[in-house]
Amino acid sequence: MLDAVFLIPAFPLLGFVAIVLWGRRLGEPAAGWLATLAMGGSFAAALVTFAGLRAEEPEERRFVQTLWEWVPVGDFSVDVGFLVDPLSITMTLFITGVGALIHLYSIGYMHGDENFSKFFLYLNLFAFSMLMLVLGDNMLLTFLGWEGVGACSYFLISFWFTDEANATAGKKAFVTNRVGDWGFMIAMFLLFTTIGSIDYVDIFGNASELSEGTATAIVVLLFVGAAGKSAQFPLYLWLPDAMAGPTPVSALIHAATMVTSGVYLLTRVNPIIAESAAWAPTMIAWIGVGTALFAATIAVAQNDIKKVLAYSTVSQLGYMFLAVGTGAYVAAIFHMITHAFFKALLFLGSGSVIHGMHHHQDMRHFGGLRKLMPVTSATFIVGWLAIAGVPPFSGFWSKDEILAYAYDDSKALWAVGLVTAVLTAFYMSRQVFMTFFGRYRYADALPEELQLTWNNRVREAEARVVEAEAGLASVKDEAVSSADKVEKAQEKLAQRETEMDDVDPSDDKAVEKAAKNLDKAREAVVKAQESAQESVAAIRPLQDKVETIRTEASIISVEAINGMSDETVLNDEELPASVRERREFQPRESPWQMTVPLGLLAIAAIGAGGMNLPFTKDLHFLGKWLEPSLFHNEAHLKLSGTELWVLAIIAVTGGLIGISMAVRIYLHEKTERATVELPILADAWKYDSAVTNFMGGPGRKFFDLVSWFDRTIVDGAVNGTGRLVRSVGGELRAMQSGLVRSYAALIAVGAVALIAWFLVRTTF
Amino acid sequence: MFGEVELTTTYYLVLSALLFAIGATGLLVRRNPLVMFMCVELMLNAVNVSFVAFGTDLNDVGGQMAVFFVLVVAAVEVVVGLAIVVAINRRRRYATADDVATLRG
Repeated sequence: MLDAVFLIPAFPLLGFVAIVLWGRRLGEPAAGWLATLAMGGSFAAALVTFAGLRAEEPEERRFVQTLWEWVPVGDFSVDVGFLVDPLSITMTLFITGVGALIHLYSIGYMHGDENFSKFFLYLNLFAFSMLMLVLGDNMLLTFLGWEGVGACSYFLISFWFTDEANATAGKKAFVTNRVGDWGFMIAMFLLFTTIGSIDYVDIFGNASELSEGTATAIVVLLFVGAAGKSAQFPLYLWLPDAMAGPTPVSALIHAATMVTSGVYLLTRVNPIIAESAAWAPTMIAWIGVGTALFAATIAVAQNDIKKVLAYSTVSQLGYMFLAVGTGAYVAAIFHMITHAFFKALLFLGSGSVIHGMHHHQDMRHFGGLRKLMPVTSATFIVGWLAIAGVPPFSGFWSKDEILAYAYDDSKALWAVGLVTAVLTAFYMSRQVFMTFFGRYRYADALPEELQLTWNNRVREAEARVVEAEAGLASVKDEAVSSADKVEKAQEKLAQRETEMDDVDPSDDKAVEKAAKNLDKAREAVVKAQESAQESVAAIRPLQDKVETIRTEASIISVEAINGMSDETVLNDEELPASVRERREFQPRESPWQMTVPLGLLAIAAIGAGGMNLPFTKDLHFLGKWLEPSLFHNEAHLKLSGTELWVLAIIAVTGGLIGISMAVRIYLHEKTERATVELPILADAWKYDSAVTNFMGGPGRKFFDLVSWFDRTIVDGAVNGTGRLVRSVGGELRAMQSGLVRSYAALIAVGAVALIAWFLVRTTF
Repeated sequence: MFGEVELTTTYYLVLSALLFAIGATGLLVRRNPLVMFMCVELMLNAVNVSFVAFGTDLNDVGGQMAVFFVLVVAAVEVVVGLAIVVAINRRRRYATADDVATLRG
């Protein structure tokens, strides 16, 4: 039955090839079903292999299946082979199991996407790479899978690449991971030079020959690789951005499987960690717990439903590294499994919400979805209780185990872990309350929308005031000019009157003319006075009108202050079109392809704790199962039963404190949100932007220098060699004249020179 | 009238060297391909003479063995060479070795 192991990666590979060849013809939903079927087959093969391994004696539980020789170089050879042992088969089981569910879910989620079959092509390729990573019997094969999952992650993050931001997020993930890959490669080279082999079986056998320094170096370098892949400080940067991909991808790759490969790798090489200096695992534990706390604080202030889960993933991975660092490998794998269940559940649940809400992700506008999406909310709540560490949900058992080992190792580690647990309970409760409880807020106008509307209204009112004032001013001008006219007319009249006085009374004609002129002037004065009165009269009502408009404008600007936060100030017609559209919209529950995986994962998230119950030694199923892979390197808990109970009670109390804080702030709204949602937390402690600034500024200059060095010095040496050979050849070409006699002459000269040389050499 | 002259190996070697030099000079100065072939033959046979001389001197039959090889190679070489000369002469009425420089680099 163990021979079936090659089928585990073969199924997804076949699915990948089939979709590459016939994907477009299969279309939706056949391509999705094919991919899901491939994962189902892979899961079945994993079950068969698992059963086969169970049938062996515990000490015999290691099986290597070599398919063919891959890289034969002298004494060194790398095979394509699979290492089946409890650790790899445990990983395989949950990768294929959770993977199959996520494939099924994707059929519903990706419905209507124009690149439907391409999505499943990538998913299957990813599953294949991940299984190669886990099952590979040597580090090179693991590295192949390592790079394969990285590449698939890149493809899938930028799946909707027409949006520039998604493409950039993909690049960021890829480049950040390359930094980690460097560590992996150097560690691999070091192992090769010291042990002479990179097969895991040889590494297990010969790890004790490593000097402490070498072992430490290998562990640290592998941790660099693990920190890249598993998103630990300082390389966690890419994971929150990776949420740009479709949500099933976030669930499968960026929560359940790929990001755990760093933890897997470190657990795999536990014999080397056992040889390393004590500070190396301590460093891993501190970076792990530090990352856990750091990411948890950031998650508190995120508003994007997926960003919260992304930072939560970083935080939970930190717990796993804390476990690895304290030698609690079983706890690390235990938490990895329970986390795979509940985080995949949470991500798929958030995907279901996003799907039902027209691809809206901002939690501030959710609320009250509990009644509209019953299955999604019920399963999401299960996931929440699991991650918040509420017994008897799975997350409680695994997290509690990690904290117990941390307490045993160092009280400080435990304290930080505990604070993180409180924060975890808090931010997850916040998310649940904001999304599923409270008032249905989706149709509410967004602050930005209200602000825009009010800004427009105020601007319009101000424009009206300016217009009215301009009208008033022109009327006033008119009045002034008509007053001038009256004055002029009166002057004219006075002139005519003097003319009348001066005129010779004997000249009848002149008298008549003067009288006529006088009359005309009088008439003009009357007319001018009338029009002046009219224009003065027109000023008054206009002034009133301007006053009204001014008042209106000031009312609007006062209203705007309230209206920015209260949409009821506006009539329905005055609301922005986008808000009216949302009012029409009715969220709905997702199709069965999405709810069935949610249900199954919820069951797993509830029950997975049963794998490794702490009460008696007989209940350590996972611990006993993993024993052959850990070579007695697992730390031993020195705590008494009572201490464990106390620790568990403290952890539960911490979780409940976190939840009740969230109830106070987000459910009852008794405390302002701003007291916890600090801007610096929303901005991820400014770390991301600081790195971006450095890379764009001084870092950029340095890399330009490196690039220059590569272009001129390195490439220069290579190209220079080529140029040298060519120019020498060009010179020598002249010797080949095609003249037979000159060749003969050259031969003769050469022969003479040789003979001369021999003569000289023998003589002296 | 000449006294008894013992023919030592040196005489043969001098003869061989002279023949070789004549052949080499001929090869370098003549342009007729047929003459050049004859010069090559001369050089080969000069070497043959020295082989035989050394063979006798060292009492080793290997020298004579080598001569046979040289003769065979020379015959083969003449066959190929003459074929080339004939092929060239078919294309042009007359050609010296210097005219045939098509293989210039």
